Amino acid sequence: MLEYILAKYNFWIYVVLMMIGLYAMMGKRNLVKKLIGMNIFQTSIILFFVSTGVKKGGATVPILMGHGHGHGQHLIQVADYLNPLPHVLMLTAIVVSIATTGVALATLILIYKRYHTLEEDEIMAIRKDPSAYKTLG
Amino acid sequence: MIWQLDLFLLVFVVICALAAINVKDLLSAVIILGAYSFFMCLLWAEMGAVDVAFTEATVSAGVGTVLFVAAVFKTVRRSKD
Repeated sequence: MLEYILAKYNFWIYVVLMMIGLYAMMGKRNLVKKLIGMNIFQTSIILFFVSTGVKKGGATVPILMGHGHGHGQHLIQVADYLNPLPHVLMLTAIVVSIATTGVALATLILIYKRYHTLEEDEIMAIRKDPSAYKTLG
Repeated sequence: MIWQLDLFLLVFVVICALAAINVKDLLSAVIILGAYSFFMCLLWAEMGAVDVAFTEATVSAGVGTVLFVAAVFKTVRRSKD
């Protein structure tokens, strides 16, 4: 059992990161903390997908090197290079994640201008009873 | 991929994530999130995904931290949890 856990240790650490992000999204009351949790969750998923492209046994980055001189003497072995497909897909995911973060921060500024707080319970109290706005803010 | 370096960086990433969601000062949390992104970038460079590491270093650790800091200065800095 212990060997089974240790053989895939990086996957367990990805799951731990994902749970940290999920806890921050659900358990924390501050909206900026929720956004930080969403960032951690996204990066843990991107980390998992990038790690599926890793090959054991001396595979290097997918850049073609040193095959220019001989005519077909050195065949290009696929096993010598990492799989670049997850890298390219996750490149798009990083850019999309920064776009969602920017929109969320703009919404956060609008929420602060309207309620003068970023705590979720205070916002809910104001929405339920607008007279609480004076006592809180 | 050297597994000692891999494990070391993964432990640092988990520590940075826990610190970012537990610290009460929002500006500190945002800066720790930038450090988290930087360690993630080192992790990807070590895994052979050089293009992803470049993009993470510029977009997430650079632009993302600047956006977060600007939003914290426009709103409130203290957090209750």
